[in-house]
Amino acid sequence: MKLRVATVWLGGCSGCHMSFLDLDEFLIELAGKIDLVYSPIMDVKEYPKNVDVCLIEGAVCNEDNLEILHTIRERTKVLVSFGDCAVTGNVPAIRNQLGLSNDENVLQRAYIENAQDNSSLPKAEGILPLLLKRVVPVHEAVYVEYFLPGCPPPAGRIKALMVQVLGGQTPKLEGTQLKFG
Amino acid sequence: MAAKTLTIDGKQVSAEEGATILEVATDAGIKLPTLCHLDGVYDVGACRLCLVEVAGIGKLLPACTTKISEGMDVKTDSERLRKYRRMTLELLFAERNHVCAVCVANGHCELQTLAYSQGMDHVRYDYSTPKWSVDATHRLFGMDHNRCILCARCVRVCWHIEGAGTKNVSGRGAKATIISDLNQPWGDSETCTACGKCVMSCPTGALFYQGSTVSEMERDRTKLEFIVNAREKKQWLP
Repeated sequence: MKLRVATVWLGGCSGCHMSFLDLDEFLIELAGKIDLVYSPIMDVKEYPKNVDVCLIEGAVCNEDNLEILHTIRERTKVLVSFGDCAVTGNVPAIRNQLGLSNDENVLQRAYIENAQDNSSLPKAEGILPLLLKRVVPVHEAVYVEYFLPGCPPPAGRIKALMVQVLGGQTPKLEGTQLKFG
Repeated sequence: MAAKTLTIDGKQVSAEEGATILEVATDAGIKLPTLCHLDGVYDVGACRLCLVEVAGIGKLLPACTTKISEGMDVKTDSERLRKYRRMTLELLFAERNHVCAVCVANGHCELQTLAYSQGMDHVRYDYSTPKWSVDATHRLFGMDHNRCILCARCVRVCWHIEGAGTKNVSGRGAKATIISDLNQPWGDSETCTACGKCVMSCPTGALFYQGSTVSEMERDRTKLEFIVNAREKKQWLP
């Protein structure tokens, strides 16, 4: 039976997904072995049930990120933190340095202090998710099985992990395959 | 000087009295993870990555500052040591803001290299994300405190190779910081000779050349050792 795989894009730049597309011809091999059931590169609105593996790109930055993450954890067997933002918080977490009310400070800095015209804070209840007080890596919000660091993880590293997962092994990356940055 | 005989990882070795476990292990071809150690300056045992087990002693000892003794039985690798080394590395990452992806030293960083070579795939501790500044007042160099691990290599090269005494450590614990002169902007320092040895010694992206961007900071550590060998042993060839 084909593995049901999902990928999700939280607070990140989508670079990890770009790197995933860099798998080139391996994508064709992969397509024969998995069913991609949810991903930013396809049009599925709701995260499905009974997913085997989910690659999670991005840090947990806002309430939407947190909500979908809990849904993912509930409906997925294996979670993989996909890339440095998911693993460490990386660049999105730099705003944590602005202190405890950094969610307000960062908006203030971007939309008021640096605005040339029409300075105002973005606000649309029910449409724009509120920023969390602190950006956290995925494993601080939910339990994560495996980690795939890199900014972005090079295609070869993603392949190494996917091959192990498809082979039913416990993925194990070593040496430079664990390099951050 | 008298020779001492000891065992490292089951291997019989002998070395001169006064040598450290790290020196003897290195000579015997055993590689220990180190971070605050730098060839050319004395050791301080600050980073705790070279901790080893010595039979008969309950606590772990830093190989770089522990002198060898007769009959010593040293273990440089074990489950327990690997556990502590990884913990130490994770705590270093959690203490300040080491964002590898946007660091001048990305790809040439000793902390980054040690992390992956010790199998660190994530940090289990909460990041403390403190607010630290960048001192870019010096005309040639910059200091990013976010990336400093307080190994004090820069302080040691500044005092003991250059003899300028510009760099110092101020404060205690997590609030400790590297300062220039009497904690003033580096650019205002009257003692700094702008020799660049501190930049050359830094294991991370904390010290950098002005104008360098992501991944551009490469360093040649052998230059420091060369200067010391030239001075002390009158060896002028690298």
